Amino acid sequence: MVELAAKQGVRPTDPSVQASPLAIRGLTVSYNQKPAVFSVDMTVQLGSMTAIIGPNGAGKSTLLKAALGIVRPVSGQVTVFGRPLEKQRARIAYVPQRASVDWDFPTRVIDVVLMGLSRELGLLGRVRMRHIAKAMDCLNRVGMHDFADRQIGQLSGGQQQRVFLARALAQDADLYLLDEPFAGVDAATEKAIIAVLKSLKQAGKTVVAVHHDLATVTDYFDHVFLINTRKLAAGPVDEAFTAETLQATYGGRLATAQIDQIAGALG
Amino acid sequence: MSGEEFVPLSLTPLLIGICAAVACALPGNFLLLRRQALIGDAISHVVLPGIVVAFLLTGVISTWPMMLGAAGAAAVAVILIEAIRRLGRIEPGAAMGVVFTTMFAAGVLLLEQTDTSSVHLDVEHALYGNLESLIWLDATGWASLLDPKALAGLPPELPRIAVTLLAVALFIGLFWRPLKISTFDEGFARTIGIRTGALGLALVLVAAISAVAAFDAVGSIIVIAMFICPPAAARMMTNRLEAQIGWSVLFAVLSAVIGYVLAGYGPLWLGWADAVSAAGMIATVSGVILVLAAAFGPCRGRAGAPGTG
Repeated sequence: MVELAAKQGVRPTDPSVQASPLAIRGLTVSYNQKPAVFSVDMTVQLGSMTAIIGPNGAGKSTLLKAALGIVRPVSGQVTVFGRPLEKQRARIAYVPQRASVDWDFPTRVIDVVLMGLSRELGLLGRVRMRHIAKAMDCLNRVGMHDFADRQIGQLSGGQQQRVFLARALAQDADLYLLDEPFAGVDAATEKAIIAVLKSLKQAGKTVVAVHHDLATVTDYFDHVFLINTRKLAAGPVDEAFTAETLQATYGGRLATAQIDQIAGALG
Repeated sequence: MSGEEFVPLSLTPLLIGICAAVACALPGNFLLLRRQALIGDAISHVVLPGIVVAFLLTGVISTWPMMLGAAGAAAVAVILIEAIRRLGRIEPGAAMGVVFTTMFAAGVLLLEQTDTSSVHLDVEHALYGNLESLIWLDATGWASLLDPKALAGLPPELPRIAVTLLAVALFIGLFWRPLKISTFDEGFARTIGIRTGALGLALVLVAAISAVAAFDAVGSIIVIAMFICPPAAARMMTNRLEAQIGWSVLFAVLSAVIGYVLAGYGPLWLGWADAVSAAGMIATVSGVILVLAAAFGPCRGRAGAPGTG
């Protein structure tokens, strides 16, 4: 394992990289020669709930996608639980942005959740009762078991988001990466999702989510990662989520009053 | 109609029409859902110059040079579309439209400048194919289906399109799960280790093989219609991809059978002297089925439309 890490250009002596569910070093991603993410290092703590925070276009989603190998970085290394990403796919679950897929696709809720069992099913394996039962259990955990036979286009935005989360639960992963899981969802869904994420944390899993609502950061997460193309701050919420770091991340885009309000809430 | 008449004259064109229709409709389902349905259109147009160039180089109408020419033209088209898209910074649909009309026009010009009078190669043939002429003269009745001597005289288009259909069905059956997942959610598909780029390319290649094989037998009109009409009509009959595939196959077969029969006998029933083009009629029937599905299909409503909540 040490050798593998060395090949990846990660210092093998760094214990934080070895133990980290997700360690990123020197990551740069660019679209049309313009860097979206520039030279970013990130080390996610085992068992933490980390919010990736930053203004629109700051590279939050891109960082997540590069960590997952969905977009190809210009440079940088990603290790997952100390090993290269490709060898650890089974330990990662990903919840994309809800708007990234066509919900008119001809399929039912249960079929989407079964997609999370693809590794288990293989190329031609038959879907058996135990797979259905597992998928139903995952739907139950997000409160969507009554909707199993619905066409996915017939769901509300919040319900669609919960189905995506159920698919991730079916993957039985150790590291969950979510892209804006609370974007455009109703209050009931937000509550259901955060309850599931907290139960994952209690089970020793690691959760990383792109998050846009600064007001709920302290309630939902224990770690933050502030990014605006470059990494601005990272660490436990009470250390890294401060008026100064927010000012540095958002610049003039965040009204000073708003920062004061959040800083006040932080006590 | 008796077997003596039906088997030699109508059985093979009908089977070829059915196989060609289904071979195009199957990949068409995925192309449609991926918003790439125009690719079938593009491929069936660009094969014309490829076939003409192959004829010019070899001087004969024979299958393999024509197939290679068609495949070469398809490859040139894909490269051109990509180049125009990147250099011109325009959307892929527009780049596709520019490339396939230009290449088809070039094929027509090339054909006109070439002396093809001695062989059966002209624009009409390219568009409508020659389904009616794919008869089985060695057959004398249903018994010929078991007669090796008569079977040797089958038009070669039939085994060719049948093998193509089998290959297409195998590809979709084997890669059903990754095809479905990557069509629905490409990002997620990559995170579970599906090589979405290679799979997407393979799908387009399979569609190209169907298009070229079907074009050879039935012309481009059917190819264009079958990539889009049966899958689009099928989508309005069901909300499940598995069922959609089944409906699309049914609609493709119905189009081929009804179209062939109407083309051969419809005008006679109306008191006209001549039959009309089978390929044209098959494509028309598929269009009528699409209209009917759009008007009466149970799953016409889309996300956000009234009555779907």
